Formats: sequence, C-alpha cells, structure tokens
Amino acid sequence: MEPQRRELAPELFEPVGSSTPDSNEVAGLSIGLWQDSWRRLKRNRGALTGLVVILVLMVLAAIGPLVSPHTPYEQDLSSQFVGPSSQHWFGTDDFGRDMWTRVWAGTRISLYIAFLAALLDIIVGVSYGASSGLLGGRIDEVMQRGIEILNGIPTLIVVVLAMLVLKPGILTISIALGINGWTYMALITRSRILQLKGQEFALASRSLGAGRIRLLTKHLLPNSLGPLIVQLMLTIPAAIFFEAFLSFISLGIQVPDASLGSLINDGYRELRFHPYLLWFPAAILSLLMICFNLLGDGLRDALDPRMRG
Amino acid sequence: MRYLARRIVLMFVALVIICTATFFLMRLLPGSPFNDEKLSNEARAQLEAKYGLDKPLGVQYATYVSNLARGDLGNSFYFEGRPVLEIILARLPISAFLSAQAVLFGLVAGLVLGVVAALRHNSVWDSVTTVLAIVGISVPSFVLGPLLQYWVGVKLGWLPIAFFESWAHSILPSLALSVFVIATVARFIGSEMLEVLGQDYIALARSKGLSRLAVVVRHVLRNALIPLVTVLFPLTVFLVTGSLVVEQIFAIPGIGEQFIRAIVVSDYFMIMGTTIFFSVLFMLMLLLQDIIYGVIDPRMRLPGKTE
Repeated sequence: MEPQRRELAPELFEPVGSSTPDSNEVAGLSIGLWQDSWRRLKRNRGALTGLVVILVLMVLAAIGPLVSPHTPYEQDLSSQFVGPSSQHWFGTDDFGRDMWTRVWAGTRISLYIAFLAALLDIIVGVSYGASSGLLGGRIDEVMQRGIEILNGIPTLIVVVLAMLVLKPGILTISIALGINGWTYMALITRSRILQLKGQEFALASRSLGAGRIRLLTKHLLPNSLGPLIVQLMLTIPAAIFFEAFLSFISLGIQVPDASLGSLINDGYRELRFHPYLLWFPAAILSLLMICFNLLGDGLRDALDPRMRG
Repeated sequence: MRYLARRIVLMFVALVIICTATFFLMRLLPGSPFNDEKLSNEARAQLEAKYGLDKPLGVQYATYVSNLARGDLGNSFYFEGRPVLEIILARLPISAFLSAQAVLFGLVAGLVLGVVAALRHNSVWDSVTTVLAIVGISVPSFVLGPLLQYWVGVKLGWLPIAFFESWAHSILPSLALSVFVIATVARFIGSEMLEVLGQDYIALARSKGLSRLAVVVRHVLRNALIPLVTVLFPLTVFLVTGSLVVEQIFAIPGIGEQFIRAIVVSDYFMIMGTTIFFSVLFMLMLLLQDIIYGVIDPRMRLPGKTE
C-alpha cells in the first residue's frame, strides 16, 4: 500500500518565539508529593478504613474512661464477674473492676508505649543513619559494622533481657523496645542520604555556602521523609505487639496498671467461665494491629516511588 | 567466600556480646534464686557455694565462659542442679515438632491460597486471601490460641486444650502457630506469582503450546518459590516468639514454656542457656537464608550486593 503523501505548505508552520505571554503557565493543577500521596491513599479503601478505625480507637481510648461513672482501679468485691450490662458495659473482672474503663485505659497505655517506642526509634535511627551517611568514610564503615552486630542479636532476646533488669513501666518498656528497633530506621536514612547527597540540589546548596547541618535539615531529610514514614508505620504495630507480648508473659506493665496485653493475660485465665474478659481486649488489640498494617501497606504503595505505575 | 567469612566473624562477635551481656544482666536482677525465707543463712551460703555464686564476679564469668567453650551451659537451680543443656535437649523435640507441623501445614495451605489468589486475580478468592493474609499477620498468637481453645476445645469439645499427651493434643497449638505462616506464605507467593505471570517467558511457554497447569507448575511456581527463602528467618523468629506464648497457653512442656518459667524463678543458668540457644538458632537461620539465596539465585550473588 502506498502511504498517502501530504502536501506541506510553508504557511502551516509558524515560529513559537521564545517568550509568549503564557509560556510560564503550568498546564493543569500542580500537585505536590504529599497531595499526590494523599490522593493515592484515599483511593485505597483498606488503608482509609484502617486510618478511620485507628482514629476512632484513639478517641475512645482518650475519652472512654471519662464517660463511665467508674474508674479503672476502683474495686467492688460485691460485684465480681458481672457480665456486660448497662451498669458495666464490658462487665467486671475478678476484683469487680469495671472492664470498660480498664480496657480503654489499657488501650491508651498500649498506644502510648507504641508511639513512644516509635519516636525513640526515629530519633536515634535518623541521627545515627544521617551521621553515618553524611560523614562517610571510615566513620561510616565503623558505624555500619555496629549496626550489623546489633542486627545479629534477636529483638526478642534483647527485649526480654532488658525487661528482666529494668523496672517495668511505660518508659522502660519503650526503651527496651527501642534498644535495637532503631537499626532499620538508621539503615533507611543512611541509604537515602547517600543517594541524595551527590545530587545537584545538594551540590547547589553546598556551593551557596550551606553547612552540613543546614544541608541535612533543609534538603536531605525532607526528601527522605517518605520511606521513613513507611518504616514508622511498620514500627508502630510491631511495638504494639511486643508490648502486649511482654505484658502477656508478665514482663510488661505491672498491676494495678493494665495494657491490652496484660488484660488479655488476665482474661485468658478466666477463659472457661468468663470469656468476655478476654474477648474485649483481644478484639481491640487485633483491630489495632490489622488497621495499622492496612494503613502501613497503603502508605507504602502511596509513598514508594517504585510502586508508581 | 570472603563475605561469608566476614559474616561468621560478625556473628561470633554478636554472640560474645550476648553471652557477656546476659551474664552480667542476670547478676543485676533484683531477687536471688535462693530467696526462700525458710532457708537459713548458712543453708543459703552453702547453696551459693555449690553453684559458685560466692566467688568474685570476674571468676564466675571466667568459669562460665570456659565451661561454655566446652559446651557446658551450667546447671539449673530450679531442677535440682540438672544440666541446662540436658533440659533444653529434652524439651527441644516437642517444640521442634510443634513448629515443624505448623510450618508444614502453613506452607501447604499458604501455597494453595497464594496460587489460587494469583491465578484468579481480582476474584472472590483473591479478596478472601487478601483479608485472611492481613488478619493472619496482625492477630497475635496469644489471641488466636485462647480463641481456638475456647471454640474448638471447650464449646465444640473436638480437641484437647492442654498438655501434650497425644497427636491430637498438638493440633490446636500447631494451628495457632500456623495461621501466621499461612498468611505470610500466601501473601508472598501471591505477589511473586503475579510478577512472574507478567514476564515474557511465561507468554512464550503458553504460546509454544504448554498447558496452563504445566506452565504454572514448571515455570511460574518454580520462579515464585525462590524468594520464599527470604521469609525463612522472620518465620523462625516468629515461631520462637510464638512458642513462648503458645506453649504457655496450651501447657506444653517445650523450650518456650521452660524459658518463661526460668524467668519467673530467676533460674540464672537456665535463662542464659536458653538465650544463647535461641540466639544461635536465629543466627544460623539468618546465615542459612543468605547462603541458600546465593546458591539458588545467581542474580543475588552476594559480593555485588554490598553497595
């Protein structure tokens, strides 16, 4: 088949010129990284559900104990093991304590520890990783060997040993969880910094006279936030799990305080005759874990540039 | 090879740190193994002398390390001076059996779910697997254990809920452990298969006339299974962590249950012995995982991976 030939008349062409009035106009709305990520996240039904449920649980943990006339510690031996009723919404335990307030106070402690542990992770991990990546050379080498050794020591062992020695409390549990939890955060920060510090914008900033600290806080870290947030979202459910695990094997929160883990442990002891004592904290713990994992997965898809189609 | 040697050296350093840290941490513990009020002071002194606790810390440490080098983990206080190693070895088969059963079941069920989900992408099966996977990964075994105990054991009365007397006793604990394995494997195989299914060589295999089944078994699965090696280590960690609570819940005389009891009664040498045992197990699995990965997937040969 002969291709159709088209006559090209010179009138069809006209020079664009270097500066038409609207040449700097951007076609379409410009979207920043965060807006774009938020759009992607909103499209992910699972992640959005997770986010909403987490927020609801957080609000309940904050106001739950206040809307009941009881307190988490008040004992009433005349009403032991009362099933869920209008008086005690989640029933009462072996000391006649109101389970509704205990469960939400426990959720509060569990969340508190998880966030504190995540905060510790990010502070230690980011400073370590950033120094390692930015300073480079011999220091980097030594710091990396340190991480490799720490990574060889299983978290379980570290956490259990630390809890044996430390006096159990909210802060000490968070510290125990943070002892080698920060290493992944450090590795991610370092690899991002190594990747970014050779790029043109870093060079430009340096040649304009920016020092290391400014370069780091103004340019390198803001550009590393995506992967760090994803890692943070994986740290939180892990911390919730480990706290509950410790409290379940009675190395965590001590009486009369309660966390979801210790409530599950208490409930499990009464499982045969008063199973409701187990179901409420167990359901909340499971829900929290599921939602954080859903949100984490969603954020990874939204923020990870490699997942972009 | 050089990489491997370096890894082993680092592993050894980590192990020394663990042993040393455990030893000194144990001595910092509040409470003593002989804190019984019925004991007279002389009796306590005698007991401490028997286990060498009256000597200076440095001497104790030196003794412990030299014994360790000869494979002697010390004696348990709680079990009238039985060697720690003997107790661990006696309990190991039970824990190993539970874990092996959980892994076996988890692998098979996870594989089936993952393959079906990938082949019927965006179908009901796919959604069911996705939900099951996220639930399985999220719900801790100390919630699943009691759940199974209550519904299958107490309400339905199908299976025994505690102790370890027959195979039937091992079903519920293994099931409680395997849910995580199923979820991990299904999720992993599902996403790996989707990736492999999109490759050109799969289209080639189909177009040269191979049946769907043959393609799936011979080409897709074989390539999707390789990365499964990377879950080996996290799985071991999970199984050990899980066994601590699951054995406790189902009253099974395994290593995990023993470890928790040792913590409660401050049985120094037992805690240290179990800690070292778990650490060595973890490290060996990590090393094994890297070696297997290097052998079966030449793209991952390690030296190129360093930077």
